[in-house]
Amino acid sequence: MHTIVIVGASLAGLRAAQALRKRGFDGRLVMIGAEQHAPYDRPPLSKQLLSGEWSADKLYFHAREKHAALELEQRLGHAARALDVRERTIALESGESVSYDGLVIATGASPRMLPHAAGFSGIHVLRTLDDALAVSEALHKRPRVTVVGAGFIGLEVAASCRKLGLPVSIVEPQRLPLLALLGEPVAQAVFQLHADHGVQFHLGTRVREFQGEGRVERVVLEDGSVIESELIIAGIGVVPETRWLEGSGVALSRGVLCDTTLATNVPDIVAAGDVVRWPNAATGGELTCVEHWSNAVEQGQAAAARLLDGPSVAPYQHQPYFWSDQYDRKYQCTGRVRAEDAFEVVQGGLDQATFAALYAREGRLCGVLTSNSPGVFLRARKLLAQAVSLEDARRALT
Amino acid sequence: MGDNKRMRIVVDFDLCQSHGLCTEAAPELFELRDDGFLYVLNETPGPEFAAKAEKAVLECPTGAITIKGE
Repeated sequence: MHTIVIVGASLAGLRAAQALRKRGFDGRLVMIGAEQHAPYDRPPLSKQLLSGEWSADKLYFHAREKHAALELEQRLGHAARALDVRERTIALESGESVSYDGLVIATGASPRMLPHAAGFSGIHVLRTLDDALAVSEALHKRPRVTVVGAGFIGLEVAASCRKLGLPVSIVEPQRLPLLALLGEPVAQAVFQLHADHGVQFHLGTRVREFQGEGRVERVVLEDGSVIESELIIAGIGVVPETRWLEGSGVALSRGVLCDTTLATNVPDIVAAGDVVRWPNAATGGELTCVEHWSNAVEQGQAAAARLLDGPSVAPYQHQPYFWSDQYDRKYQCTGRVRAEDAFEVVQGGLDQATFAALYAREGRLCGVLTSNSPGVFLRARKLLAQAVSLEDARRALT
Repeated sequence: MGDNKRMRIVVDFDLCQSHGLCTEAAPELFELRDDGFLYVLNETPGPEFAAKAEKAVLECPTGAITIKGE
C-alpha cells in the first residue's frame, strides 16, 4: 500500500493515523477534513468552551500530543463529495480528486437540524468548533436561551448557560429528560437537578414554530405556550455522515456497515468512529453505532490494524463508555442500558451529588451509572466486563 | 548514553478528571484510589512499559498524561 487516505479529521481519524504510523506504515498518509480545523477534541465544546473556562486553542490535539512524527498530509476545509471504489479515488467538494490504495472512513455524524428553523438567525446546533464559537459569541449578548432536546448535549448546554447566569428553557417531547436512555428514576433526578438550578422545563411537547423578524424572538410550542428567547440551541440527535458514500458500493445501513473487524464490504476500505455500524460482541452482537469518545479512539486503532494486517485481526468489541458534566456532577455511564432494565442504587442516593447505580437484565449486570464516584465506577466497570450477576455486583460494591 | 535514559510519566492534575482509563491500559503505572484521585505508581518505568504507557496517553479523555524523554 503506497497511499492511505483517512476521510474525517476528528478523533477516530487521528487515532487511525497514529496507529498506522506506529504499525510501521511509511507510505503517503492523507487526512481529509470537512472543517478547516486540525483535529480537536469535541467533549469540551458544550462544557469548558461554552462556560468560558477554556479558549479554543486548548482543544487542538496537536497542542497536547506530539504529531510531528506523523508526516500527515492534511487537506482541511473541503468535505469529501463522492467515492469511486473502482478507480480508488475520492472527489472533494473543491473539485480535487485524491487517490488511495487503502481508505479509512471516519466522517462521523452530523447534527439533526430543527424543522421550521429556516429563515431565522439565532438558531444553532452544537457539533463543531465553529458551532461552539458561534454559540459562545451569541452568549455574550446575554440572551434568553432555549435548548431543544434534553439529551446529554442539551443538558450540558443548559448547565453551562445557567453557570453564566442566563435564563434557560428546555423543550423536550418526552415527559422527562433522558427517560428513554436511562429510565425513570435517573430521569426524575436529572430533571430535579436542572429545575433546582433554575431551568424552566417544557416537557411532553415540541416546537410548533419560531417567530421573529429574521432573528428569532420567540418559540411557540405545540401545547400553546410561548417562550421569549433570542438564542435557540438544538440537541436532537445526529445522523451518520454517509451522504458522500451513497451509490459508491460501500454498504450503508444507518451508518457504514462493517463486519466484526471494522472492514466494510469493499476490499481495503475500513471505517472508524461515530459513522460505524457493526456487530458489537460486547453488547450481545447486535448492529450498533457507539457515538462516544473512547470508542472513536479504539476503533481508529482497530481499523488501522485491520487495514494493514487483513482479516486475521481480532474482532473489535467495545463496552460503551460516556461521561457528562452538569453543574457539580460528573456522570459516568458504561454498558448498554435500557429504560426497562432492572435498576438499583447501591451507593449514595439519586437526590444526592454522589451515587452509584446498577442496571441489570435477566439478572446480569448490563450497565453502571455513577455521579462523582470515579473509584466506584472503575470497580463496577470491571465487574461489567466479567458479566457478573446483579447480586454479586451489589455485594462487591456495597 | 541513551540506553539508561528512562521515560518519565507526567500527569497534569489540573486536566485529570479521574476517568481512570489509564489504570486499565497500564495497571502497573496508574491507580485510582477510593478517594477518587489518580496516583502514578511508577513515574519512571522501564522500556517494557512503553507500549502500555502510550496506550494510556492515547486513551486519556482529557489528554492529561504525557511521556517525557521518549
